[in-house]
Amino acid sequence: MEKKTAAVKMRNITKRFGSIVANDKCWLDIYRGEILALLGENGSGKTTLMNMLSGIYFPDEGQITIDGKDVVIRSPKDAFDLGIGMIHQHFKLVDVLTAAENIVLGLEGKLDLKAASARIREICDTYGFEVDPDQKIYDMSVSQKQTVEIVKVLYRGADILILDEPTAVLTPQETDKLFTVLRNMRDDNKAVVIITHKMHEVEALSDRVAVLRHGQFIGDMLTKDTNAQEMTNMMVGRPVTLNIDRPEPKDPKPRILVEGLTVRSMDGIVKLDDVSFTANAGEILGIAGISGCGQKELLEAIAGLQPTEAGSIRYVEDDGTEEELLGKDPLSIAEMGVTLSFVPEDRLGMGLVGNMDLADNMMLRSFRRGKSLFTDRRTPKKLAETVVQELEVNTPGVSTPVRRLSGGNVQKVLVGREIAAAPTVLLTAYAVRGLDINSSYMIYDLINRQKAAGVAVIYVGEDLDVLLELADRILVLCGGKVSGIVPGRGATKRKVGLMMTKLGGDTQDA
Amino acid sequence: MHEPLFHISKRGALPWYRAWLIRGLALLAALVLCAVVTTLLTGINPLQVYVTIFKGSFASSRRFWDMLQRLSILLCVSLAVTPAFRMRFWNIGGEGQVLVGGLASAACMILLGGKVPDAGLIALMTVSAMVAGAIWGGIPAVFKARWGTNETLFTLMMNYVAIQLVRYFSVVWESPKGSGSIGVINPSTHWGWLPEIGNAYFLKVLVVALLTIGVYIYLNYSKHGYEIAVVGESERTARYVGIKVEKVIIRTMLLSGALCGIAGLLLVGGTDHTITDTTAGGRGFTAVMVSWLAKFNPVWMILTSFLLVFLGKGAEQISSQFQLNQSFSDILTGIILFFIIGSEFFINYQINFRKSGDKEGK
Repeated sequence: MEKKTAAVKMRNITKRFGSIVANDKCWLDIYRGEILALLGENGSGKTTLMNMLSGIYFPDEGQITIDGKDVVIRSPKDAFDLGIGMIHQHFKLVDVLTAAENIVLGLEGKLDLKAASARIREICDTYGFEVDPDQKIYDMSVSQKQTVEIVKVLYRGADILILDEPTAVLTPQETDKLFTVLRNMRDDNKAVVIITHKMHEVEALSDRVAVLRHGQFIGDMLTKDTNAQEMTNMMVGRPVTLNIDRPEPKDPKPRILVEGLTVRSMDGIVKLDDVSFTANAGEILGIAGISGCGQKELLEAIAGLQPTEAGSIRYVEDDGTEEELLGKDPLSIAEMGVTLSFVPEDRLGMGLVGNMDLADNMMLRSFRRGKSLFTDRRTPKKLAETVVQELEVNTPGVSTPVRRLSGGNVQKVLVGREIAAAPTVLLTAYAVRGLDINSSYMIYDLINRQKAAGVAVIYVGEDLDVLLELADRILVLCGGKVSGIVPGRGATKRKVGLMMTKLGGDTQDA
Repeated sequence: MHEPLFHISKRGALPWYRAWLIRGLALLAALVLCAVVTTLLTGINPLQVYVTIFKGSFASSRRFWDMLQRLSILLCVSLAVTPAFRMRFWNIGGEGQVLVGGLASAACMILLGGKVPDAGLIALMTVSAMVAGAIWGGIPAVFKARWGTNETLFTLMMNYVAIQLVRYFSVVWESPKGSGSIGVINPSTHWGWLPEIGNAYFLKVLVVALLTIGVYIYLNYSKHGYEIAVVGESERTARYVGIKVEKVIIRTMLLSGALCGIAGLLLVGGTDHTITDTTAGGRGFTAVMVSWLAKFNPVWMILTSFLLVFLGKGAEQISSQFQLNQSFSDILTGIILFFIIGSEFFINYQINFRKSGDKEGK
C-alpha cells in the first residue's frame, strides 16, 4: 500500500465524564479508500471517540484535523459540513415517513421529493443498495432501516462514514450484503470506520485495524499482517484464549416441555405460532433467529411474564412428575419450588434497577425471604461482594449504582445474581450483546459451568459463530415458527442462516 | 470555525461539602438579588427586610411555636405524598385527601360529640380521617393499576370533588344558621378537640416527628419500601422479580391518602376546630415542592419544609410591617426558590469555558 495522507487525524484527544476518563490523549488516523476497524473492549472509548468526530460530544482537549486542516466540530451539522457521517446503533428514523422523506428530513432548501428519490436511486445503484424511496419505515426490516440510515448519510455528501456495531442486528446474509456495499464505498475512495466486536468480521472486511484500550490508542496495523489472536491480546492487554468449550452433555433428560405454544402481541400480531420443543437438563439449547422472530416472547412465556394464547409449558421434576408453568407469574413459579433464572435482553430495563446499587440489585431476587417486615441487607451485600470478586466486576464498590457500570460489568452483575440462585433452568437472551471479548468468554464459561451442573440452559443468541460453537442443539425460529432444530455439532452457518430466513431452510431458490 | 465559548459537561459525584458549598452560594446569590430588587422597587433597606423575615419566625416564642406547627402540618402532607412519589406516582391530590380527612374528623365531632366518651371520639376521628384519606387516594390508584389512567389528572380532579363536598356539608352543618359555614365546632364543650400537651402546639409537632421517623424507616428499610422503589424505577423489573405492581400501587396510595387524612385530623381537631374549603390551604401542592426539593428523603424534608414555612411567615411579616402587599414577598420567595432549585444544575454539571490562547496541540 502506497503512502496516503490521512483524511482525519485525531491528536491527543481527551474526554472526561466527571471523574471518568473516556479518552486519554487518544490518537487516530483515518484514510480514504480504506476500511478501518476500530477495536477495543467495552468502555475503551471507541464510541466516545467517534462521537467527538461526528459532533455529538466536544473534546476537552486535543485537535482534530481533516485533510490537513485544523477543524473544530461543535455539532453534528459541523460534522456533516466536513463530510463526516455516523450510523448509530439505534436508528434515528421517523416510522410513519417514507425512506425518501426521512433522508431529506432537516435539509435546507426547497423540498423536491421527486428529485430526492432520483438521487437516492442513483446512490443505491452506485454502491449496490436496495432501497425503495417510497416505502414507509414501519414496513421495513431492521436491515432495510439500516440501509436507509447509510443512504441518508451518503445523500448529505458524507465521504467519511462511521458505523457503530452495524452487524449486531443483521442475519449472516444481510451482513454479507452490507459488507459488499462497504467495499464498494471504499473502492469509491471513501473513508469507512466500523466499530465491531466480532473478530471474523474484522478479518473479512477491514484493511486496517486500530486498537484502543482504557481510552488510549494502543496501535494500528494492516489487517493482513495480523490475526484475531494478536488483536484480542492487544485489546485486552494480555494473552487470551479464543476457544469456546463444548463439553458433551452429561446425562441429558427433559426439563422443559413446550407444546403448541402460541403467543399474540397486544396488537393481535402472532409472535409465536405453534412452537414445540424440549429443553434438556445438562444441555445448552441455542435459539437462533432474526431479531424479533419471537425469541423474546418465548423466553418471557417460560418465565411467566408473557400472556399466551394456546399450548403448554411443562416443567419436569427430577422424579419425572410434570407441572404446568403456563398461566403462572414469576412469584408463583418460584413458590412451586422451581428455580428459574432469567437473564433478559433489556438488562437495565428489566433485569436490574439502574439507579440502585449492586447490593440492592442482588436483593431483587431475595428480598421476600423471611417473615420480617424489614429487608435483610447483609446477605445481598455479601452476595454482591462475592459476585464482584468472582466475576471480576470492575466497580468502585458494591454501593455504586449499576447504571454507572459499563455494559459488560452490568451483565456480569445480572448473570452473577441469576446463577447465585442455583437455578435448574437458565434462560438467557443475548447474553453477550455489546460485551467485549474478555467478558463474553467469561459469560460463555459461566454458562458452560451451569450446563455441567445439570442446568437446562436456553441461550438466545445473535452471533451464529458463537451459537454453532456453544450450543448442543440449535432451535431456529423464523417468523414465530420453529424452522427446525439441528444439532450444534456439525451444523453450518449457511444452513442455519437459511433456516432463519425461510421455514425449513429450503435451499432451492436461495 | 471557532471553538464554542463554553460547553457543558456532566460532573462525577461531588463530595458532599462541595455540593453544599454550591447550595450555600446559591442562597447567598439569591439574597443579594433580593436585596437589589427590594431597594430598586421599594427603596427600603434590604437588611431591614431580612431582619423582618427572620423576626417572622423567631421574634417571640408564640411565633416560634406557630412556625413549628405550620412546619409540622406541611411536613405531614409532604411525608404523605412521598411514598407515592418514590413510586413515580405523581399524587397531586394531597389537597383533597387532607380535606376529606378533615371533613371526616369534623363529621365525627359534629355527629358524635357528647354521645361517646371523648377518648373514643378522638380514636374514631383518627380512624375515619385515615379511612377517608385512604379512599380518596385509593380511587385514582385503582384506576391507574387496572386501566392505566393518568394519576396526575385524576388526583387533581379529586381535589375539586373534595372541595365541593366540604362546601356542601358547610351548608348542611352550618352554624349559626344562614352563615353557610360550619364555624367553631363544639366551642364550649371542646368535644373532639385534640388534647394539649404542654402547650397548644406540641402535640402536632410530636405526632409529625414520629411520623417522619416512621416514614423514613418504612421507605428505606422495609420490604414494602423496597418494592415501592423497584416499581418506581421500572415496572418491568418489578414484574420480572414477581412483584405485583397493581397491588403495590394501590397499597402505597392507600397509605399516602391515610397520612394525608392525619394531616386533615391535625388541622380540624387540633388547630382550626372547624372546616372550610380552604382548610388544606394549598399544602397539598406545597408538599410536592417540599418533597422534590428534599429528593424524597423524609429527613431532608424537615429542612425544606422549614425553608418554605420560614419564607412564608417572613413574607407575612414584611407585608404587615412595611405595608407592602403579599405579592412583594412572593417575589422574594420566588427568587430564593429559583436559585435553590437552579443550584442543582451546577451540582450535576460543570461549564467549561474556552481556554484562551490554546493554539498548540498540533
